Amino acid sequence: MEDIIKKIKEGLGKKIKNWEEKNPRRIYITIDKEDIREVARFIFEDCRARFIILTGIDTPHGFENLYHFDLDSMGIVVTVKTLIPKSAPEIDSIATIIPGANFIEREVCELLGVKFAGHPDPRPLLLPDDWPEGVYPLRTDIATDGTPKNK
Amino acid sequence: MKTVIPIGPYHPLQEEPEFFSLTLDGETVVDLDVRLGYNHRGIEKLAETKTWDQDTFLIERICGICSTSHPIAYCNAVEDCAGIEIPERAKYIRSIIGELERLHSHLLWLGLAGHFLGYNTLFMWAWKWREPILDLFEQITGNRNHYAMLKIGGARRDIDNEHIPAIRKCLNDLVGPLEMVTKAALDDPVLHARLKGVGVLKKEDAIKYCVVGPTARASGVAIDVRKDEPHAAYGIVKWNVITQEEGDVFAKAVVRLLEMFESVKIIQQCVDGLEKTKGAPFCAEVENIPPGEGIGHYEAPRGETFHYVRSDGTNRPVRHKIRAPTYVNLPSFKASCIGQTISDVAITLASIDPCYCCTERVAIVDRGTGRKEHISQEKLIHLSQEKTKKLGLNPDRIGRKIERWIAR
Amino acid sequence: MKLKIWGLKKSIWVFHVSSGACNNCDIEVLNCLTPKFDIERFGMVLVGSVRHADVLLCCGCVTKQTAPRIKRLYEQAAKPCFVVAVGGCACSGGIFRHGYNFAGPYDKIIPVHAYIPGCPPKPEAIIAGAVKLLSTLK
Repeated sequence: MEDIIKKIKEGLGKKIKNWEEKNPRRIYITIDKEDIREVARFIFEDCRARFIILTGIDTPHGFENLYHFDLDSMGIVVTVKTLIPKSAPEIDSIATIIPGANFIEREVCELLGVKFAGHPDPRPLLLPDDWPEGVYPLRTDIATDGTPKNK
Repeated sequence: MKTVIPIGPYHPLQEEPEFFSLTLDGETVVDLDVRLGYNHRGIEKLAETKTWDQDTFLIERICGICSTSHPIAYCNAVEDCAGIEIPERAKYIRSIIGELERLHSHLLWLGLAGHFLGYNTLFMWAWKWREPILDLFEQITGNRNHYAMLKIGGARRDIDNEHIPAIRKCLNDLVGPLEMVTKAALDDPVLHARLKGVGVLKKEDAIKYCVVGPTARASGVAIDVRKDEPHAAYGIVKWNVITQEEGDVFAKAVVRLLEMFESVKIIQQCVDGLEKTKGAPFCAEVENIPPGEGIGHYEAPRGETFHYVRSDGTNRPVRHKIRAPTYVNLPSFKASCIGQTISDVAITLASIDPCYCCTERVAIVDRGTGRKEHISQEKLIHLSQEKTKKLGLNPDRIGRKIERWIAR
Repeated sequence: MKLKIWGLKKSIWVFHVSSGACNNCDIEVLNCLTPKFDIERFGMVLVGSVRHADVLLCCGCVTKQTAPRIKRLYEQAAKPCFVVAVGGCACSGGIFRHGYNFAGPYDKIIPVHAYIPGCPPKPEAIIAGAVKLLSTLK
């Protein structure tokens, strides 16, 4: 395990803004959103990790994107966290580097409202065709039934 | 391919929009697109309104066939967040339920694959062999599906040791038919002709699309959460990961068939564990879930199920992310279907074992004429069955072998 | 009409509808066909076209994307056509009724003649529900 930690720390260098080892199998790395393509490429190609999924969370500080990668042979999950400001909810797409990320970026875009610049196919994925524009169900200001919450 | 065919028995939606959109050049598929959303129920949002314990019941109902896989992954995630260690007896209980589910899920797939190829006898027998497993579930958990056996910290209910003879008998009765069907399938020339070299997913594509489960293992990517990150009893008992190299539909079938034997092995050893831990506690005391985040995954019959939870110390999750295995296996159709003929599409689509809430209607665009037609899943299956007949051999050889074996 | 009801009681043609389901109810419906329960010996047959259907077996809570299609499906079925809601989700929306994509349950969109609760209802319950429905037909 030490080898892979050393490799990631050396490979990403100053891009790592915060490093947390919650336990021997869970590593959380915080980066700036501008570095996401380079970091994703490094972990996917150089470290040969498998991309699991992307989680989008609406937090008071902004939209948090968590990219989960699995180092299968070591049983370690590395999560890359980025924060996206609510005033400009956009981040570069990694779908051209990792084809497996194509669907989830489309889903996060329609459910959370974060745009992925450079996505090859930014169509909605899950919501019905007549879903109202600008209503993002996973945002905290939307209730469970899809209507805006009363302030 | 020229008429609009009404809907088949599994997915009866009659009108637009198309779900799978195939672009053809003559009989060959050159492109594929997919439209999801018919079964989207907003479960992640609903999970935020339920308490940690209530969520286990909600999560079970994501998918009927992976009914215990999602709760195991969810409980793993919450236990990761809170640093909870589950008692040994709970590990055996989780593995037993998980592996019994794998058995009935793979048998379900076997039956459906048989139906798609025209082996309706195999369909009937495979689904008949599932029934004793479902009856066993009812005996030990109270329900044929949606067993509600999981709880954060361990198991919700104990498996009474007096059920152990019934579990052993069910497994022993299953091994004979499994061995017979496996041997019959591996030797069958019609299956070889229909499935070998069909729907090939190359290893590099399997890695690019990040596929999981038997879909990945059949392409030589040896990933299995039970081995890579042992949890429950998987690190305690002896078993093997099954892989094949070719990546075609036949390889996927072989992986699933051989995995069933491994499941039987695991359950037998876990039942020994139950005997050893008679009377021991099966659930840890959990006071509350502290603030933090947790990740849990589990090898469902279709592949890795992944759950992420974030807690702020209250009684409900702030965020609960769920990823089912079919979600990452589905896009790999782009790699495995392209270059296939339309009569092979049904079995290629079925080979990743999609939760079949996904497979609905298909639209075909003929690149030559530019004309768009709609074709139902039933018609695709019919084309597949016709291809088997055209091979000139008796299509239901496996059916006859099964019947001779039953009558012996 | 009387002839049709008599014919229906002898041999029921069943069409299976599913929307927003976890598939457990769908599989239990299919289990009714398999050798252990074998509804074909009662003359019940699963058909591929809604135009041939006497009974619609409906599973799942209904999602917004499929609600208009379910309505159209019912309109195309030759009447009389009896609708049976199978499972907790079809009867009332079940655990999903507060979701943002929920458009059901079935009786908000099409008339429902029988409800079979359960999660999922056992094949015995589905068969019993169908038989009970038929015994109410005059």
